[in-house]
Amino acid sequence: MIEIGLGHYLTLAAIIFSIGIIGIFLNRKNIIVILMSIELILLAVNINLVSFSIYLNDLAGQVFTLFILTVAAAEAAIGLAIIVVYFRNAGTIRVEEIDKLKG
Amino acid sequence: MENLQLVLPEIFIALSIMFLLILGVFKKNSSNLIQNISLIVLLISTVIIFNETIEIKKFFLFGDSFVIDYLSSFMKMVTLLSAFIVLAISKNYLKIFQISKIEYPILILSSVLGMMIMISSNDLIVFYMGLELQSLALYVLATFNRDNIKSSEAGLKYFVLSALSSGLLLYGCSLIYGFSGSTNFDVISSQLNSNEYSLTFGIVFILVGLAFKISAVPFHMWAPDVYEGSPTTVTLFFTMVPKIAALTVFIRFLFIPFQNLIEQWQMILIFLSIASMLFGAIAAIGQTNIKRLIAYSSIGHVGYALAGLASASNEGIQSSIIYLTIYIIMNLGLFSCLLMMKRNNEYFEKIDDLSGLSKNHPLLSLSLLVILFSLAGIPPLAGFFAKLYIFKAVIEQSMYFLAIVGLLSTVIAAFYYLRIIKIIYFDQEQKKYDEDHSLWLKFSLMISTILILFYFISPGQLIEVVSRINII
Repeated sequence: MIEIGLGHYLTLAAIIFSIGIIGIFLNRKNIIVILMSIELILLAVNINLVSFSIYLNDLAGQVFTLFILTVAAAEAAIGLAIIVVYFRNAGTIRVEEIDKLKG
Repeated sequence: MENLQLVLPEIFIALSIMFLLILGVFKKNSSNLIQNISLIVLLISTVIIFNETIEIKKFFLFGDSFVIDYLSSFMKMVTLLSAFIVLAISKNYLKIFQISKIEYPILILSSVLGMMIMISSNDLIVFYMGLELQSLALYVLATFNRDNIKSSEAGLKYFVLSALSSGLLLYGCSLIYGFSGSTNFDVISSQLNSNEYSLTFGIVFILVGLAFKISAVPFHMWAPDVYEGSPTTVTLFFTMVPKIAALTVFIRFLFIPFQNLIEQWQMILIFLSIASMLFGAIAAIGQTNIKRLIAYSSIGHVGYALAGLASASNEGIQSSIIYLTIYIIMNLGLFSCLLMMKRNNEYFEKIDDLSGLSKNHPLLSLSLLVILFSLAGIPPLAGFFAKLYIFKAVIEQSMYFLAIVGLLSTVIAAFYYLRIIKIIYFDQEQKKYDEDHSLWLKFSLMISTILILFYFISPGQLIEVVSRINII
């Protein structure tokens, strides 16, 4: 059995973070996927903070995580509302077709 | 017991937001009333901060997580005053687009509250909460004209890119927390030393996130689209107010937690600054929409402000604060002119709509001339002095390359400012614009033009106020 230490958690967080970033830039289909990628990025940060907090024996990291969770919920709510507003005006949420502003 | 007197402005604004929300729910058609009350709230908080500033040194509150010093008081006053003016001159615009709702002043108040928390933050958690309070309100403001497809697209783009940048910033914060063992800025600065290789990752992520917020190249791509799509008064808000808070946070991050790591961030800052100055100057040349042009010019101006920070000296910090203050005044004047270009309840925002303006509106074009010359940095206007201080601070640190690139991009940028002046004065004239502007709009245009024009009479006053800010 291998011992799971700080390095493993940090690697996991780094992988999830990269998946989130790549998801935002490679995605050409749907804005909802971008919203999911943003949530993935925030979750990766949370894993990072909690594992550091356990490793350092310091509670501040876990408090930070709770704040991030709350803010992420608010951000998702506002993001979905903006997507609904956009869909009502444009009739589509395909990423390729969001190109009214260009110059 | 904490000395709550020092956070009185923040508490006052927070309570007023809640009160105004309740008032807006229970009283029908109260958008005018709420707008007026919000103006008074902003004014009162400015007065409270101004009173505090007189005997202030440096105070820490809430377990060292909140700092009140001269920098925070000055920046908060600038924030509050610019928010006040934006709110005051947006009344007519909102009425014409039928978006004069109670939410507009309340959203501006909450984003201002977020910025004030950001400006005073001395802790990663407090900083993040302030940043999010600010940006959540700004997403909604960008989408405020919600039946317009351009405005909703601007909001959507701003949301996606700003949320991405918050994510990058947070990842950097988590790494910094992990390597220093604390979220407090002062503790971080004593724990960090430059031998730590992995620290560079944390610094890079935080700088990238902050560069997104002030739209420095190469993280600028949201700015032109968002500025063009949002309602003009919201664009005015975007170009002025969030930049103040973001620059303050930039200063705090660089010179408190990362003060021992100057070699690591200085190169990044020089790159951001050079890229922003050059890109802002070159990309603005082909634009036809004034709001888009302002977006590119604001990217360029952010580059100059960053050049001051890159010099990593007290003079550098002070000169970039002066630069930002003068830039805000010039922007205010430019947008006041833009808001005056209206005919039969329709606003015009193409550069061609300015042609021959001087024949019908000599006064308006004269102030536009002064503002554009000042933006281009032609002496003896205020914009010239702002650039002069920056270059002086940069050359004192013998960073000649940065200064030369700055001068070159000034010359390139002068081309498109002068082109607009040529269009105003020498092109075919068009129909007259309306002249029934609100008092606030005339007032803000007059004040900003006079300040720009006569800054050279006593430049010492602003310098004296700013020179009390000593971070290093």
